[in-house]
Amino acid sequence: MNIVNILEEIEKVDGEIYERLNPRRAAMKSFFNIGKKISLAAMPLALGSMFQKAYGQTTLPSAVVDVLNFALSLEYLEYHFYNHTIVGITKKNQDGTTNNNVIDVTFTFPNAAGLAAITTIRDHEKAHVDLLVGALGSSARAPIAYADTDFRAGGAFATVYSDYNTFLAVAQAFEDTGVRAYKGQAANLLVSPGVLQTALQIHSVEARHASHIRQMRTAAGSAVYKPWVSLGASGQANDSGVAAVDAVYAGEDLTVQAGANIVGIGGNAGVTKAAAVESFDEPLDKASVVTIANLFLRDGKKL
Amino acid sequence: MSMKNNELETKSELQDESLFDKTVGRRSFLQYAGASAAGIALVAAGCRKDRGYDNPVMGGATLDFKDDFGVLNYAYALEQLEAAFYVKVASAPPASFTAAQKAYFQDIQFHEIAHREFFKAALGTAAIGSLEVNFESIDFTSSASVLATAMAFEDLGVAAYNGAGPRLKNGTFLLLAGKIVSVEARHAAYVRDLISNGSFADLNSLASLGANNSAGLDAALTPDKVLNIAKTYIKTKINVTNL
Repeated sequence: MNIVNILEEIEKVDGEIYERLNPRRAAMKSFFNIGKKISLAAMPLALGSMFQKAYGQTTLPSAVVDVLNFALSLEYLEYHFYNHTIVGITKKNQDGTTNNNVIDVTFTFPNAAGLAAITTIRDHEKAHVDLLVGALGSSARAPIAYADTDFRAGGAFATVYSDYNTFLAVAQAFEDTGVRAYKGQAANLLVSPGVLQTALQIHSVEARHASHIRQMRTAAGSAVYKPWVSLGASGQANDSGVAAVDAVYAGEDLTVQAGANIVGIGGNAGVTKAAAVESFDEPLDKASVVTIANLFLRDGKKL
Repeated sequence: MSMKNNELETKSELQDESLFDKTVGRRSFLQYAGASAAGIALVAAGCRKDRGYDNPVMGGATLDFKDDFGVLNYAYALEQLEAAFYVKVASAPPASFTAAQKAYFQDIQFHEIAHREFFKAALGTAAIGSLEVNFESIDFTSSASVLATAMAFEDLGVAAYNGAGPRLKNGTFLLLAGKIVSVEARHAAYVRDLISNGSFADLNSLASLGANNSAGLDAALTPDKVLNIAKTYIKTKINVTNL
């Protein structure tokens, strides 16, 4: 990416681009600081952030801002959900200082690998929060604090922090929802290819998380959860074994794609209904995702 | 070129008749995209004698990235490669594979076949022909070799879809690509965990494919880079235009 070229192109239609950028040294400074931390992969989003600071609200279309704030809400939720299992488990921080967080996580990770995996996922969710906040700049929604959340969902998942299997079940629901939510918004980002690029790169990371959480669930219990979304045991769309999260999997059992019936496609009998369901992950519309997310947000903090 | 267009248009009509029961889905797909016969002909590779599945493309396959059909054919090419690999693995898995591994590789095989056949059906007359693969470098009796190749293919597939997504202009196509890429990412994570548990989303190890760990971003590569890596496994010459 040649930023000079981009600036020159903008200069053709906006002769004051450099002046717009210059008086706002903070915009340039924060941009270059970000540039040190993130590589080319994240540049389109970072660039968007810089231009947004230079132009105010005019560079990111409001529909894109809406999508990014929606994504940001979900990333905050995911981050707090995982982070709490790490910081809510001990009264002492690693450096020996007192941990002032809510201490109510009573399950223990069965092994170091489990904790390491959750830490990896937590770190990614935090990175996504930071990336989206940076991209949105002054348009970013108010931060969601842990105190704004309720991962026991009013009692629906009362044992989320006392029973490891419940925790993993909710984690799976979060990740599979995240994958569906980003997919559902992709087309709204066509107007901003750079932002779309970044969103796609977040989307597939969430899918990797979902795959691993499903394997952690299998390892921790007696039931088997495939790394991909399959059909439920009774042929229902929800393969998670948790009826309370039916909404997360609504419509995941689609077997016709763009008019083509995937079951047995091309004369391949091996592509069964389950295989057809597994082969394509389905999107979820914003309203449905909001309903799911609101289960985990306290009154007054809901989306 | 105009002669070729006529040839292809005539052929597509014949095919529509002979494959009548299969063309409903394809028609609706193409109608949605508003594709013209000329547009289809431009994407189609020249020198194709037969679209039959067992007959590889003569004279190479052309991916013309001037429009969405080029991107979809690019995906079709990669799905052909993946499907061919997993069909071979599933038909004779390495001896050390566990029953669970055999079952999941069977699953993945059918996912990739479904993706391949979906693109073939959806692209219809605009589809490139069948690619000939080259798996000389893979030891199909070795679990390590099979897993390493599976990981490479899945991670590359994720990078390819992610990198190509913003090239698409049609939201329906973008969504379809999105439906597939997350399944590839699930595969990638599964295979990675088999090789080294916990490496499901080791974004540092994916930096060469465009991932960025500190930003939590997965791989994304432009088609030229992806094809340059994939060509080791593809005998058919792939011509790229308008990239």
